[in-house]
Amino acid sequence: MVEIFHALADGTRRAILDELAERDEQTLFEICTRLAMKHGLNSTRQAISQHLDVLEKAGLVHAEKRGRYKFHTLDTTPLAQIAQRWPPKETP
Amino acid sequence: MKITAMTIFVDDQQKALDFYTNVLGFVPIANVPLGEHSWITVASPEAPDATQISLEPKDHPAVTPFTDALVGDGIPWTSFGVDDVQTEYERLVERGVVFTQPPTNAGPVTIAVFDDTVGNLIQIAGMNA
Repeated sequence: MVEIFHALADGTRRAILDELAERDEQTLFEICTRLAMKHGLNSTRQAISQHLDVLEKAGLVHAEKRGRYKFHTLDTTPLAQIAQRWPPKETP
Repeated sequence: MKITAMTIFVDDQQKALDFYTNVLGFVPIANVPLGEHSWITVASPEAPDATQISLEPKDHPAVTPFTDALVGDGIPWTSFGVDDVQTEYERLVERGVVFTQPPTNAGPVTIAVFDDTVGNLIQIAGMNA
């Protein structure tokens, strides 16, 4: 669970999740393009790659090699742990 | 000094010539046998006297690891200009071209990225109206 909070604590990583929520199966190139154009983030490709590693470790992003290219996909399943640990109070 | 030719490294020169002419629609310019390989160039039918693309064999061992790494991360080798990316995307998809990135709005331009079947990704870009 620590990995999830660590992953979500960074604005660039949250922006990556926003973009993957809009369209799955993006290459590193597409993610970098979207971050630069839509979020004004001019991080290096290497920095974005490292952010993706953190998101992958937290299970929030899956990288899948298909043919010659690697695609990144969002997985929100780990976020359910947060609501399980602190469920919303039932209204009487 | 003029830019007469630019290089694209290809897995197979004949397959590349077929894709760049019959699928993309470029016109063949030079095809000169040079021992094992050939000097093969194509140009845009809209500007046949402008810059040619030389379809070069990947005969140096450093080339394939380099181009594979670019393709793996979805990075295009070069970019061609089109009037309308969406129209061109639809035309190429109909011809069986695989895109790693569908038309994406990138501010002043719309871009898309496809696989040239001979080891490279190519970007097409068009100005947004």
